[in-house]
Amino acid sequence: MEFLTAHFVEIMFYTLAALTVASAVGVVAFRNPVHSAISLLASFLFVAALFVMRHAEFLAAVQVLVYAGGIMVLFLFVIMLVNVKRLDPEQVFLSGKAPAAVAAGVLLGALIAFGYLAGSLGPVGPGPEALRMVDGAVAGNTEAVGWLLYRQYLVPFEVVSVVLLVAMIGAIIFGRRDAGLEEGGGRMEQ
Amino acid sequence: MVQYVPIVLFTLVAVSFPIVTLLIAKAVRAGSPHPVKGEPYECGVPATTTAFETRFSIRYYLIAVLFVVFDVETIFLFPWAVMFEKLALFGFIEMMVFLAILLVGYVYAWRRGALEWA
Repeated sequence: MEFLTAHFVEIMFYTLAALTVASAVGVVAFRNPVHSAISLLASFLFVAALFVMRHAEFLAAVQVLVYAGGIMVLFLFVIMLVNVKRLDPEQVFLSGKAPAAVAAGVLLGALIAFGYLAGSLGPVGPGPEALRMVDGAVAGNTEAVGWLLYRQYLVPFEVVSVVLLVAMIGAIIFGRRDAGLEEGGGRMEQ
Repeated sequence: MVQYVPIVLFTLVAVSFPIVTLLIAKAVRAGSPHPVKGEPYECGVPATTTAFETRFSIRYYLIAVLFVVFDVETIFLFPWAVMFEKLALFGFIEMMVFLAILLVGYVYAWRRGALEWA
């Protein structure tokens, strides 16, 4: 009991991290794509809990609202759209993609190792106070995000709107019944 | 961390409630399945294929993408709204530029008929 209370944060973190990884493995392990999507949803929610543990409450709320809400709907629609049936395991599992998968894994490991050694990803990051400071005064996490985002990271914020615009127009172009682009401004045909 | 205990308890209850309900229903219900009982009764038409063999219209995807885009836009409004007074006019102009760029996409979607279903 004493051990539990003394190491409560560590126990919570490793439990949540293990659950996140387990549900992420489930995404690729399940045969049924809808089961994979449910597993991905669980993974998103555990990541949100990890954000809460790092005192990033705003990110946690966004994770639930956007990823568990919006992105999941998108994934489920795509699963329904592309007519995926139960696939043969040898047909999909690393069919000719093994070198790419290994390379991606090694690169990710190298990136994490570099970040760890460079100190920006170390076991002790900025404390909870740093995530709620506004102009030298302690406020909330959402306020701190707003203060940084709309002053220091002004250009990335405006670029986001262009990225969203491109996503929207791209979806409309791809979603047209006649995929050709012969006449501009044509309305969608039934 | 202690203030999250009610949320954890709430989540546990919310997750276990449907599971327990289904288990209780499975334990107490009378089991006499018949194919006729599974047919649509006075509503809908008999299904010809399972959900996976049916291909859905691309319009669902379009609606989902537009939903996600405007969802993300709304998320960016939250930290701006709570800091509205401190960010003052600079923040206001900044957000209007952001909204104006997205309004272009909204007008484009509208003009292209992407918001119409029929």
